[in-house]
Amino acid sequence: MKILVCISHVPDTTSKINFTEGDTQFDTNGVQFVINPNDEFGLTRAMWFKEKQGASVHVVNVGGPETEPTLRKALAIGADEAIRVNTPATDGFSVAKQLAQVVKEGGYDLVIAGRESIDYNGGMVPGMLAKITGAHFVNTCISLEVEGTEVTAIREIDGGKETLKTSLPLVVGGQKGLVEESDLRIPNMRGIMQARSKPLHVKEPAEASAETSVSKFEKPAPKGDVKLVDNVDDLVNLLHNEAKVI
Amino acid sequence: MSVLVYTESEQGKFKKIAQEAVSYAKGIADMMGTTVTAVSVNGEDTASLGNYGASKVLEVNNDALKNFNAEAYADVVAKAAQQEGAQVVVLSSSANGKYMAPLVAVSLEAGYVPNVTGLPESTDPFKVKQSVFTNKAFAVTEINTPVKVIGLAKNAYGVKENDTSATTEAFSPEFSKGEIEVVSVDKATDKVTIADAEVVVSGGRGLKGPENWGMIEDLANVLGAATACSKPVSDMGWRPHSEHVGQTGKPVASNLYIAIGISGAIQHLAGINASKVKVVINNDPEAPFFKAADYGIVGDAFEVVPQLVEKLKEFKSQNA
Repeated sequence: MKILVCISHVPDTTSKINFTEGDTQFDTNGVQFVINPNDEFGLTRAMWFKEKQGASVHVVNVGGPETEPTLRKALAIGADEAIRVNTPATDGFSVAKQLAQVVKEGGYDLVIAGRESIDYNGGMVPGMLAKITGAHFVNTCISLEVEGTEVTAIREIDGGKETLKTSLPLVVGGQKGLVEESDLRIPNMRGIMQARSKPLHVKEPAEASAETSVSKFEKPAPKGDVKLVDNVDDLVNLLHNEAKVI
Repeated sequence: MSVLVYTESEQGKFKKIAQEAVSYAKGIADMMGTTVTAVSVNGEDTASLGNYGASKVLEVNNDALKNFNAEAYADVVAKAAQQEGAQVVVLSSSANGKYMAPLVAVSLEAGYVPNVTGLPESTDPFKVKQSVFTNKAFAVTEINTPVKVIGLAKNAYGVKENDTSATTEAFSPEFSKGEIEVVSVDKATDKVTIADAEVVVSGGRGLKGPENWGMIEDLANVLGAATACSKPVSDMGWRPHSEHVGQTGKPVASNLYIAIGISGAIQHLAGINASKVKVVINNDPEAPFFKAADYGIVGDAFEVVPQLVEKLKEFKSQNA
Protein backbone atom coordinates (compact mmCIF):
# COMPACT_ATOMS: atom_id res chain seq x y z
CA MET A 1 0.00 0.00 0.00
CA LYS A 2 1.27 3.44 -0.96
CA ILE A 3 0.25 6.13 1.50
CA LEU A 4 0.51 9.87 1.04
CA VAL A 5 0.18 12.05 4.14
CA CYS A 6 -0.57 15.72 3.51
CA ILE A 7 1.29 17.95 5.91
CA SER A 8 0.32 21.55 6.64
CA HIS A 9 3.00 23.83 8.01
CA VAL A 10 1.16 25.84 10.68
CA PRO A 11 1.92 28.17 13.59
CA ASP A 12 2.27 26.37 16.91
CA THR A 13 -0.97 26.39 18.90
CA THR A 14 0.46 28.85 21.44
CA SER A 15 1.34 31.45 18.77
CA LYS A 16 0.22 35.04 19.06
CA ILE A 17 -1.65 35.89 15.88
CA ASN A 18 -0.64 39.21 14.28
CA PHE A 19 -0.74 40.63 10.78
CA THR A 20 1.54 42.90 8.75
CA GLU A 21 1.52 44.88 5.50
CA GLY A 22 -1.70 46.67 6.17
CA ASP A 23 -3.29 43.57 7.74
CA THR A 24 -2.98 41.57 4.53
CA GLN A 25 -0.26 39.07 5.59
CA PHE A 26 0.17 36.79 8.59
CA ASP A 27 3.10 38.02 10.67
CA THR A 28 5.52 35.09 10.95
CA ASN A 29 7.92 37.08 13.13
CA GLY A 30 8.80 35.02 16.20
CA VAL A 31 6.32 32.29 15.27
CA GLN A 32 7.29 28.66 15.67
CA PHE A 33 5.91 26.40 12.92
CA VAL A 34 4.86 22.80 13.44
CA ILE A 35 3.17 19.90 11.67
CA ASN A 36 -0.57 20.61 11.78
CA PRO A 37 -1.84 18.57 14.78
CA ASN A 38 -4.62 16.85 12.79
CA ASP A 39 -2.01 15.83 10.17
CA GLU A 40 0.33 14.49 12.84
CA PHE A 41 -2.34 12.05 14.07
CA GLY A 42 -2.66 10.87 10.45
CA LEU A 43 1.11 10.59 9.99
CA THR A 44 1.40 8.51 13.16
CA ARG A 45 -1.37 6.18 11.96
CA ALA A 46 0.49 5.89 8.63
CA MET A 47 3.60 4.79 10.58
CA TRP A 48 1.54 1.97 12.03
CA PHE A 49 0.58 0.82 8.51
CA LYS A 50 4.24 1.02 7.53
CA GLU A 51 5.45 -1.02 10.47
CA LYS A 52 2.65 -3.60 10.65
CA GLN A 53 1.56 -3.91 7.02
CA GLY A 54 4.66 -2.88 5.06
CA ALA A 55 3.14 0.27 3.60
CA SER A 56 5.34 2.97 2.09
CA VAL A 57 4.70 6.46 3.40
CA HIS A 58 5.33 9.69 1.54
CA VAL A 59 4.56 13.14 2.91
CA VAL A 60 3.66 16.20 0.87
CA ASN A 61 3.32 19.89 1.46
CA VAL A 62 2.31 22.71 -0.86
CA GLY A 63 4.43 25.72 0.06
CA GLY A 64 7.69 27.62 -0.21
CA PRO A 65 11.16 26.48 0.92
CA GLU A 66 10.42 27.74 4.46
CA THR A 67 8.20 24.70 5.01
CA GLU A 68 11.02 22.18 4.49
CA PRO A 69 11.96 21.87 8.19
CA THR A 70 8.40 20.70 8.84
CA LEU A 71 8.71 18.07 6.08
CA ARG A 72 12.10 17.00 7.51
CA LYS A 73 10.42 16.53 10.87
CA ALA A 74 7.88 14.22 9.22
CA LEU A 75 10.79 12.27 7.69
CA ALA A 76 12.44 12.09 11.12
CA ILE A 77 9.23 10.63 12.53
CA GLY A 78 9.56 7.89 9.90
CA ALA A 79 8.12 8.85 6.50
CA ASP A 80 10.17 7.45 3.59
CA GLU A 81 10.12 10.35 1.18
CA ALA A 82 8.88 13.92 1.07
CA ILE A 83 7.50 16.06 -1.73
CA ARG A 84 7.20 19.82 -1.69
CA VAL A 85 5.10 21.47 -4.38
CA ASN A 86 6.90 24.74 -4.85
CA THR A 87 4.13 27.34 -4.71
CA PRO A 88 2.59 29.33 -1.88
CA ALA A 89 -0.53 27.73 -0.40
CA THR A 90 -3.02 30.45 -1.26
CA ASP A 91 -6.46 28.87 -0.96
CA GLY A 92 -7.75 25.39 -0.23
CA PHE A 93 -9.08 24.73 -3.72
CA SER A 94 -5.76 25.47 -5.45
CA VAL A 95 -3.88 23.38 -2.84
CA ALA A 96 -6.27 20.48 -3.53
CA LYS A 97 -5.58 20.80 -7.29
CA GLN A 98 -1.81 20.71 -6.67
CA LEU A 99 -2.16 17.67 -4.43
CA ALA A 100 -4.39 15.94 -6.99
CA GLN A 101 -1.51 16.16 -9.46
CA VAL A 102 0.85 14.56 -6.91
CA VAL A 103 -1.67 11.80 -6.17
CA LYS A 104 -2.19 11.01 -9.87
CA GLU A 105 1.53 10.88 -10.60
CA GLY A 106 2.38 8.86 -7.48
CA GLY A 107 -0.45 6.32 -7.72
CA TYR A 108 -1.26 6.44 -4.01
CA ASP A 109 -3.86 4.05 -2.58
CA LEU A 110 -4.52 5.97 0.61
CA VAL A 111 -4.22 9.69 1.24
CA ILE A 112 -4.42 10.93 4.83
CA ALA A 113 -4.86 14.64 5.50
CA GLY A 114 -5.94 16.43 8.64
CA ARG A 115 -9.63 17.25 9.02
CA GLU A 116 -8.58 20.90 8.98
CA SER A 117 -5.48 23.01 9.49
CA ILE A 118 -5.36 25.04 12.67
CA ASP A 119 -4.45 28.24 10.81
CA TYR A 120 -7.12 28.76 8.15
CA ASN A 121 -9.52 26.08 9.47
CA GLY A 122 -10.68 25.54 5.89
CA GLY A 123 -11.40 21.83 6.22
CA MET A 124 -11.79 21.60 2.46
CA VAL A 125 -8.59 20.09 1.08
CA PRO A 126 -9.32 16.39 1.83
CA GLY A 127 -12.84 16.49 0.38
CA MET A 128 -11.84 18.45 -2.69
CA LEU A 129 -8.86 16.19 -3.29
CA ALA A 130 -11.09 13.10 -3.09
CA LYS A 131 -13.63 14.58 -5.48
CA ILE A 132 -10.99 15.67 -8.00
CA THR A 133 -9.15 12.33 -7.96
CA GLY A 134 -12.31 10.21 -7.82
CA ALA A 135 -11.36 8.53 -4.54
CA HIS A 136 -13.71 7.63 -1.71
CA PHE A 137 -13.72 10.05 1.16
CA VAL A 138 -14.19 9.75 4.91
CA ASN A 139 -14.05 12.95 6.94
CA THR A 140 -13.51 13.47 10.69
CA CYS A 141 -12.06 9.97 10.75
CA ILE A 142 -11.20 8.59 14.22
CA SER A 143 -10.34 4.99 13.36
CA LEU A 144 -8.96 3.43 10.19
CA GLU A 145 -8.26 -0.21 9.33
CA VAL A 146 -7.21 -1.50 5.90
CA GLU A 147 -7.20 -5.17 4.81
CA GLY A 148 -6.20 -5.58 1.17
CA THR A 149 -8.37 -2.95 -0.48
CA GLU A 150 -11.18 -3.18 2.09
CA VAL A 151 -11.45 -0.33 4.55
CA THR A 152 -13.28 -0.02 7.86
CA ALA A 153 -13.40 3.52 9.18
CA ILE A 154 -15.13 5.26 12.04
CA ARG A 155 -16.27 8.81 11.54
CA GLU A 156 -17.15 11.29 14.28
CA ILE A 157 -20.61 12.74 13.79
CA ASP A 158 -22.41 15.38 15.87
CA GLY A 159 -23.11 13.59 19.14
CA GLY A 160 -21.67 10.19 18.28
CA LYS A 161 -19.88 8.11 15.72
CA GLU A 162 -20.60 6.10 12.61
CA THR A 163 -18.85 2.99 11.34
CA LEU A 164 -18.31 2.87 7.58
CA LYS A 165 -17.13 0.26 5.10
CA THR A 166 -15.44 1.42 1.93
CA SER A 167 -12.46 0.59 -0.24
CA LEU A 168 -9.25 2.01 -1.65
CA PRO A 169 -8.45 4.41 -3.21
CA LEU A 170 -9.47 6.54 -0.26
CA VAL A 171 -8.88 10.03 1.10
CA VAL A 172 -9.26 10.51 4.84
CA GLY A 173 -9.77 13.74 6.77
CA GLY A 174 -8.19 12.64 10.03
CA GLN A 175 -8.06 13.86 13.60
CA LYS A 176 -7.30 12.72 17.14
CA GLY A 177 -8.59 9.18 17.55
CA LEU A 178 -6.72 7.84 14.49
CA VAL A 179 -4.07 7.48 17.19
CA GLU A 180 -4.03 8.78 20.73
CA GLU A 181 -2.06 11.80 21.88
CA SER A 182 0.27 9.43 23.77
CA ASP A 183 1.07 7.58 20.52
CA LEU A 184 2.57 10.68 18.90
CA ARG A 185 6.30 10.36 18.35
CA ILE A 186 9.04 12.81 19.12
CA PRO A 187 11.81 12.28 16.55
CA ASN A 188 14.90 10.71 18.10
CA MET A 189 18.48 11.53 17.11
CA ARG A 190 18.71 8.53 14.78
CA GLY A 191 15.51 9.56 13.01
CA ILE A 192 16.74 13.12 12.67
CA MET A 193 20.07 11.95 11.20
CA GLN A 194 18.32 9.60 8.76
CA ALA A 195 15.89 12.31 7.72
CA ARG A 196 18.78 14.41 6.41
CA SER A 197 19.56 11.86 3.72
CA LYS A 198 15.99 10.88 2.82
CA PRO A 199 14.69 12.23 -0.51
CA LEU A 200 12.84 15.56 -0.45
CA HIS A 201 11.58 16.16 -3.98
CA VAL A 202 10.77 19.70 -5.03
CA LYS A 203 8.08 19.68 -7.66
CA GLU A 204 7.02 22.61 -9.79
CA PRO A 205 3.33 23.45 -9.44
CA ALA A 206 0.57 22.57 -11.90
CA GLU A 207 -1.56 25.36 -13.34
CA ALA A 208 -4.22 26.12 -10.76
CA SER A 209 -6.01 29.36 -10.17
CA ALA A 210 -7.03 30.43 -6.68
CA GLU A 211 -10.82 30.67 -6.37
CA THR A 212 -10.73 32.78 -3.22
CA SER A 213 -8.36 35.41 -1.91
CA VAL A 214 -8.04 37.16 1.44
CA SER A 215 -8.49 40.94 1.13
CA LYS A 216 -7.62 41.70 4.72
CA PHE A 217 -7.33 40.23 8.20
CA GLU A 218 -8.95 41.55 11.36
CA LYS A 219 -8.50 40.80 15.02
CA PRO A 220 -11.49 40.43 17.31
CA ALA A 221 -12.54 43.63 19.09
CA PRO A 222 -10.98 43.87 22.56
CA LYS A 223 -13.16 42.36 25.23
CA GLY A 224 -14.45 44.21 28.27
CA ASP A 225 -13.28 43.21 31.73
CA VAL A 226 -14.74 40.21 33.47
CA LYS A 227 -17.49 40.95 35.98
CA LEU A 228 -16.57 39.19 39.20
CA VAL A 229 -19.35 38.19 41.54
CA ASP A 230 -19.00 36.53 44.94
CA ASN A 231 -22.16 34.44 45.10
CA VAL A 232 -24.32 32.30 42.85
CA ASP A 233 -27.44 34.44 43.40
CA ASP A 234 -25.78 37.38 41.69
CA LEU A 235 -24.47 35.15 38.91
CA VAL A 236 -27.89 33.69 38.09
CA ASN A 237 -29.40 37.17 38.24
CA LEU A 238 -26.84 38.57 35.79
CA LEU A 239 -27.13 35.64 33.40
CA HIS A 240 -30.89 36.06 33.36
CA ASN A 241 -31.37 39.84 33.39
CA GLU A 242 -28.19 41.21 31.81
CA ALA A 243 -26.78 38.51 29.52
CA LYS A 244 -30.25 37.02 28.89
CA VAL A 245 -28.86 33.54 28.28
CA ILE A 246 -30.92 31.63 30.85
CA MET B 1 -30.76 32.88 -10.38
CA SER B 2 -31.31 32.43 -6.66
CA VAL B 3 -29.64 31.60 -3.38
CA LEU B 4 -29.75 27.88 -2.66
CA VAL B 5 -29.60 26.60 0.90
CA TYR B 6 -29.19 23.03 2.11
CA THR B 7 -31.44 22.40 5.12
CA GLU B 8 -30.30 19.66 7.45
CA SER B 9 -32.89 17.51 9.18
CA GLU B 10 -32.74 14.62 11.58
CA GLN B 11 -35.46 12.00 11.43
CA GLY B 12 -37.50 14.39 9.34
CA LYS B 13 -37.23 17.33 11.74
CA PHE B 14 -35.34 20.40 10.58
CA LYS B 15 -32.46 21.32 12.84
CA LYS B 16 -32.06 24.80 14.27
CA ILE B 17 -28.98 25.25 12.08
CA ALA B 18 -31.22 24.67 9.05
CA GLN B 19 -33.51 27.50 10.15
CA GLU B 20 -30.46 29.68 10.74
CA ALA B 21 -29.06 28.82 7.29
CA VAL B 22 -32.35 29.75 5.59
CA SER B 23 -32.49 33.04 7.55
CA TYR B 24 -28.96 33.80 6.41
CA ALA B 25 -29.67 32.83 2.78
CA LYS B 26 -32.63 35.23 2.86
CA GLY B 27 -30.27 38.00 4.01
CA ILE B 28 -27.99 37.37 1.03
CA ALA B 29 -30.93 37.06 -1.38
CA ASP B 30 -32.22 40.47 -0.23
CA MET B 31 -28.80 42.01 -0.88
CA MET B 32 -28.76 40.49 -4.39
CA GLY B 33 -32.41 41.16 -5.21
CA THR B 34 -33.31 37.50 -5.59
CA THR B 35 -35.08 34.71 -3.69
CA VAL B 36 -34.18 31.66 -1.61
CA THR B 37 -34.63 28.06 -2.70
CA ALA B 38 -34.13 25.45 0.01
CA VAL B 39 -33.27 21.83 -0.66
CA SER B 40 -34.31 19.18 1.85
CA VAL B 41 -33.48 15.49 1.98
CA ASN B 42 -36.24 13.51 3.67
CA GLY B 43 -37.38 16.53 5.73
CA GLU B 44 -41.00 16.82 6.87
CA ASP B 45 -43.14 19.95 7.00
CA THR B 46 -40.91 21.61 4.41
CA ALA B 47 -43.33 24.53 3.98
CA SER B 48 -42.25 25.68 7.47
CA LEU B 49 -38.96 26.82 5.91
CA GLY B 50 -40.99 29.72 4.50
CA ASN B 51 -41.06 31.16 8.03
CA TYR B 52 -37.35 31.91 7.70
CA GLY B 53 -37.40 33.20 4.13
CA ALA B 54 -37.51 30.31 1.64
CA SER B 55 -39.72 30.98 -1.40
CA LYS B 56 -39.36 27.49 -2.78
CA VAL B 57 -38.40 24.12 -1.32
CA LEU B 58 -37.02 21.28 -3.41
CA GLU B 59 -38.06 18.11 -1.63
CA VAL B 60 -36.01 14.97 -2.06
CA ASN B 61 -37.74 11.94 -0.57
CA ASN B 62 -35.74 8.81 -1.05
CA ASP B 63 -35.12 5.85 1.27
CA ALA B 64 -31.72 5.34 -0.32
CA LEU B 65 -30.72 8.61 1.36
CA LYS B 66 -31.91 7.62 4.83
CA ASN B 67 -28.34 7.48 6.12
CA PHE B 68 -26.18 10.48 5.40
CA ASN B 69 -23.85 9.89 2.46
CA ALA B 70 -21.62 12.85 1.68
CA GLU B 71 -21.16 12.05 -1.99
CA ALA B 72 -24.85 11.52 -2.68
CA TYR B 73 -26.02 14.51 -0.63
CA ALA B 74 -23.41 16.70 -2.33
CA ASP B 75 -24.68 15.49 -5.72
CA VAL B 76 -28.23 16.43 -4.74
CA VAL B 77 -27.19 19.93 -3.66
CA ALA B 78 -24.99 20.53 -6.71
CA LYS B 79 -27.77 19.40 -9.08
CA ALA B 80 -30.30 21.59 -7.28
CA ALA B 81 -27.92 24.54 -7.64
CA GLN B 82 -27.55 23.87 -11.36
CA GLN B 83 -31.28 23.49 -11.91
CA GLU B 84 -32.00 26.74 -10.07
CA GLY B 85 -29.08 28.62 -11.60
CA ALA B 86 -27.98 29.45 -8.07
CA GLN B 87 -25.17 31.95 -7.67
CA VAL B 88 -24.72 31.29 -3.98
CA VAL B 89 -25.02 27.98 -2.12
CA VAL B 90 -25.27 28.08 1.69
CA LEU B 91 -24.52 25.13 3.99
CA SER B 92 -24.26 24.85 7.79
CA SER B 93 -21.07 24.08 9.69
CA SER B 94 -22.31 20.79 11.12
CA ALA B 95 -20.20 17.64 10.77
CA ASN B 96 -22.28 16.67 7.73
CA GLY B 97 -22.26 20.17 6.24
CA LYS B 98 -18.48 20.36 6.47
CA TYR B 99 -18.20 16.85 4.98
CA MET B 100 -20.23 17.63 1.87
CA ALA B 101 -19.42 21.32 1.18
CA PRO B 102 -16.00 20.70 -0.45
CA LEU B 103 -17.57 18.11 -2.76
CA VAL B 104 -20.32 20.54 -3.75
CA ALA B 105 -17.69 23.21 -4.45
CA VAL B 106 -15.69 20.95 -6.77
CA SER B 107 -18.84 19.88 -8.68
CA LEU B 108 -19.83 23.51 -9.22
CA GLU B 109 -16.24 24.73 -9.74
CA ALA B 110 -17.06 27.19 -7.02
CA GLY B 111 -14.89 28.99 -4.51
CA TYR B 112 -15.80 27.83 -1.00
CA VAL B 113 -15.44 29.85 2.18
CA PRO B 114 -16.18 28.05 5.47
CA ASN B 115 -16.83 29.46 8.98
CA VAL B 116 -18.52 32.59 7.61
CA THR B 117 -19.62 34.86 10.44
CA GLY B 118 -22.04 37.26 8.78
CA LEU B 119 -23.65 38.62 5.64
CA PRO B 120 -21.29 39.53 2.77
CA GLU B 121 -19.57 42.91 3.05
CA SER B 122 -20.38 43.30 -0.64
CA THR B 123 -21.84 41.00 -3.29
CA ASP B 124 -19.94 42.48 -6.26
CA PRO B 125 -17.11 41.73 -5.67
CA PHE B 126 -18.38 39.00 -3.35
CA LYS B 127 -16.61 39.43 -0.01
CA VAL B 128 -17.42 37.61 3.21
CA LYS B 129 -15.88 37.54 6.66
CA GLN B 130 -14.74 34.18 7.98
CA SER B 131 -13.14 33.21 11.27
CA VAL B 132 -9.57 31.93 10.95
CA PHE B 133 -6.80 30.86 13.33
CA THR B 134 -9.47 29.13 15.44
CA ASN B 135 -11.35 32.35 16.20
CA LYS B 136 -8.20 34.29 17.05
CA ALA B 137 -8.77 36.41 13.91
CA PHE B 138 -11.05 37.03 10.97
CA ALA B 139 -10.33 37.24 7.27
CA VAL B 140 -12.35 39.16 4.71
CA THR B 141 -12.24 36.83 1.73
CA GLU B 142 -13.22 37.48 -1.84
CA ILE B 143 -14.71 34.65 -3.90
CA ASN B 144 -13.75 34.96 -7.56
CA THR B 145 -15.90 32.27 -9.17
CA PRO B 146 -19.38 32.72 -10.71
CA VAL B 147 -20.89 30.34 -8.13
CA LYS B 148 -20.03 30.78 -4.46
CA VAL B 149 -20.28 28.17 -1.71
CA ILE B 150 -20.65 29.48 1.84
CA GLY B 151 -20.29 27.48 5.06
CA LEU B 152 -22.14 29.45 7.74
CA ALA B 153 -20.53 29.36 11.19
CA LYS B 154 -22.88 28.03 13.83
CA ASN B 155 -24.80 30.55 15.93
CA ALA B 156 -23.16 33.42 14.03
CA TYR B 157 -26.26 34.83 12.35
CA GLY B 158 -29.14 33.46 14.41
CA VAL B 159 -32.60 32.35 13.40
CA LYS B 160 -34.63 35.22 11.94
CA GLU B 161 -38.32 35.12 11.06
CA ASN B 162 -38.97 36.23 7.47
CA ASP B 163 -42.57 35.38 6.73
CA THR B 164 -42.51 34.08 3.17
CA SER B 165 -44.90 31.64 1.60
CA ALA B 166 -42.96 28.70 0.29
CA THR B 167 -43.98 26.54 -2.63
CA THR B 168 -42.78 22.95 -2.53
CA GLU B 169 -41.65 20.88 -5.46
CA ALA B 170 -40.57 17.23 -5.66
CA PHE B 171 -36.96 16.87 -6.76
CA SER B 172 -35.45 13.54 -7.82
CA PRO B 173 -31.98 14.07 -9.21
CA GLU B 174 -29.57 11.28 -10.06
CA PHE B 175 -26.91 10.76 -7.45
CA SER B 176 -24.01 8.46 -6.72
CA LYS B 177 -23.40 7.04 -3.26
CA GLY B 178 -19.90 5.94 -4.15
CA GLU B 179 -18.83 2.77 -2.40
CA ILE B 180 -19.34 3.87 1.15
CA GLU B 181 -21.72 1.96 3.33
CA VAL B 182 -22.84 2.84 6.85
CA VAL B 183 -22.45 -0.25 9.03
CA SER B 184 -23.66 1.22 12.29
CA VAL B 185 -24.42 4.51 13.99
CA ASP B 186 -23.63 4.96 17.65
CA LYS B 187 -25.31 8.04 19.00
CA ALA B 188 -26.77 8.84 22.39
CA THR B 189 -30.25 10.13 21.67
CA ASP B 190 -30.96 11.29 25.22
CA LYS B 191 -27.98 13.65 25.49
CA VAL B 192 -27.58 17.18 24.17
CA THR B 193 -24.62 17.27 21.78
CA ILE B 194 -21.92 19.92 21.94
CA ALA B 195 -22.72 20.79 18.32
CA ASP B 196 -26.40 21.49 19.01
CA ALA B 197 -26.20 22.81 22.57
CA GLU B 198 -27.22 26.34 23.51
CA VAL B 199 -25.40 25.93 26.81
CA VAL B 200 -22.18 23.99 27.42
CA VAL B 201 -20.82 23.12 30.87
CA SER B 202 -17.14 22.23 30.80
CA GLY B 203 -14.79 20.84 33.44
CA GLY B 204 -11.01 20.93 33.75
CA ARG B 205 -8.19 19.53 35.81
CA GLY B 206 -9.36 21.60 38.79
CA LEU B 207 -12.01 18.93 39.36
CA LYS B 208 -9.24 16.56 40.48
CA GLY B 209 -10.66 13.34 39.05
CA PRO B 210 -13.37 11.69 36.94
CA GLU B 211 -15.29 10.70 40.08
CA ASN B 212 -16.16 14.38 40.62
CA TRP B 213 -18.06 14.82 37.35
CA GLY B 214 -21.44 14.20 38.98
CA MET B 215 -21.84 17.89 39.81
CA ILE B 216 -20.90 18.88 36.25
CA GLU B 217 -23.62 16.59 34.96
CA ASP B 218 -26.08 17.95 37.55
CA LEU B 219 -25.36 21.47 36.38
CA ALA B 220 -25.71 20.42 32.73
CA ASN B 221 -29.02 18.70 33.46
CA VAL B 222 -30.60 21.68 35.13
CA LEU B 223 -29.51 23.92 32.23
CA GLY B 224 -30.34 21.43 29.46
CA ALA B 225 -26.66 21.72 28.55
CA ALA B 226 -24.04 19.54 26.91
CA THR B 227 -21.00 18.51 28.96
CA ALA B 228 -17.48 19.16 27.71
CA CYS B 229 -13.93 19.12 29.05
CA SER B 230 -10.45 20.54 28.58
CA LYS B 231 -7.66 18.76 26.70
CA PRO B 232 -5.73 17.44 29.75
CA VAL B 233 -8.93 15.89 31.07
CA SER B 234 -9.51 13.92 27.88
CA ASP B 235 -5.80 13.08 27.54
CA MET B 236 -5.84 11.58 31.04
CA GLY B 237 -8.90 9.56 30.10
CA TRP B 238 -11.17 11.14 32.71
CA ARG B 239 -13.66 11.95 29.96
CA PRO B 240 -14.08 10.73 26.36
CA HIS B 241 -12.27 12.52 23.51
CA SER B 242 -15.62 13.47 22.05
CA GLU B 243 -16.01 15.94 24.95
CA HIS B 244 -12.66 17.67 24.37
CA VAL B 245 -13.24 21.24 23.29
CA GLY B 246 -10.52 23.60 22.14
CA GLN B 247 -8.24 24.23 19.21
CA THR B 248 -7.50 20.57 18.50
CA GLY B 249 -10.83 19.35 19.85
CA LYS B 250 -14.34 20.48 19.10
CA PRO B 251 -15.20 24.10 18.57
CA VAL B 252 -17.95 25.55 20.75
CA ALA B 253 -20.29 28.32 19.63
CA SER B 254 -22.98 28.16 22.29
CA ASN B 255 -24.94 31.03 23.83
CA LEU B 256 -23.48 30.26 27.26
CA TYR B 257 -20.24 28.47 28.11
CA ILE B 258 -19.47 27.70 31.76
CA ALA B 259 -15.86 26.70 32.52
CA ILE B 260 -15.24 25.02 35.84
CA GLY B 261 -11.71 24.39 37.07
CA ILE B 262 -10.26 25.26 33.65
CA SER B 263 -7.31 27.64 33.77
CA GLY B 264 -7.79 28.84 30.19
CA ALA B 265 -4.82 27.82 28.04
CA ILE B 266 -4.69 29.81 24.80
CA GLN B 267 -5.66 26.70 22.79
CA HIS B 268 -8.74 26.14 24.95
CA LEU B 269 -9.84 29.77 24.75
CA ALA B 270 -9.47 29.75 20.97
CA GLY B 271 -11.81 26.79 20.66
CA ILE B 272 -14.59 28.26 22.79
CA ASN B 273 -14.20 31.88 21.77
CA ALA B 274 -17.20 31.89 19.45
CA SER B 275 -19.51 31.36 22.43
CA LYS B 276 -21.57 34.43 23.23
CA VAL B 277 -21.32 34.55 27.04
CA LYS B 278 -18.53 32.93 29.02
CA VAL B 279 -18.56 32.20 32.75
CA VAL B 280 -15.57 30.98 34.72
CA ILE B 281 -15.49 29.38 38.15
CA ASN B 282 -11.95 28.90 39.43
CA ASN B 283 -10.17 29.19 42.77
CA ASP B 284 -7.13 30.86 41.18
CA PRO B 285 -7.83 34.54 40.53
CA GLU B 286 -4.77 34.62 38.25
CA ALA B 287 -6.19 31.95 35.89
CA PRO B 288 -6.03 33.31 32.30
CA PHE B 289 -9.67 32.38 31.79
CA PHE B 290 -10.73 35.41 33.85
CA LYS B 291 -9.35 37.66 31.10
CA ALA B 292 -11.49 35.91 28.48
CA ALA B 293 -14.70 35.54 30.51
CA ASP B 294 -17.71 37.81 30.85
CA TYR B 295 -18.61 36.70 34.37
CA GLY B 296 -16.52 34.98 36.98
CA ILE B 297 -16.55 33.60 40.48
CA VAL B 298 -13.26 33.15 42.31
CA GLY B 299 -13.98 30.20 44.52
CA ASP B 300 -13.77 26.50 45.13
CA ALA B 301 -15.72 24.62 42.46
CA PHE B 302 -16.67 21.95 45.00
CA GLU B 303 -18.57 24.60 46.97
CA VAL B 304 -19.76 26.90 44.20
CA VAL B 305 -21.10 24.37 41.70
CA PRO B 306 -23.52 22.57 44.06
CA GLN B 307 -24.79 25.99 45.21
CA LEU B 308 -25.26 27.04 41.61
CA VAL B 309 -27.18 23.84 40.83
CA GLU B 310 -29.55 24.51 43.77
CA LYS B 311 -30.00 28.15 42.84
CA LEU B 312 -30.74 27.26 39.20
CA LYS B 313 -33.28 24.63 40.23
CA GLU B 314 -35.05 27.28 42.28
CA PHE B 315 -34.79 29.76 39.40
CA LYS B 316 -36.12 27.25 36.88
CA SER B 317 -39.09 26.33 39.06
CA GLN B 318 -39.97 30.02 39.41
CA ASN B 319 -39.54 30.75 35.71
CA ALA B 320 -41.02 27.56 34.34
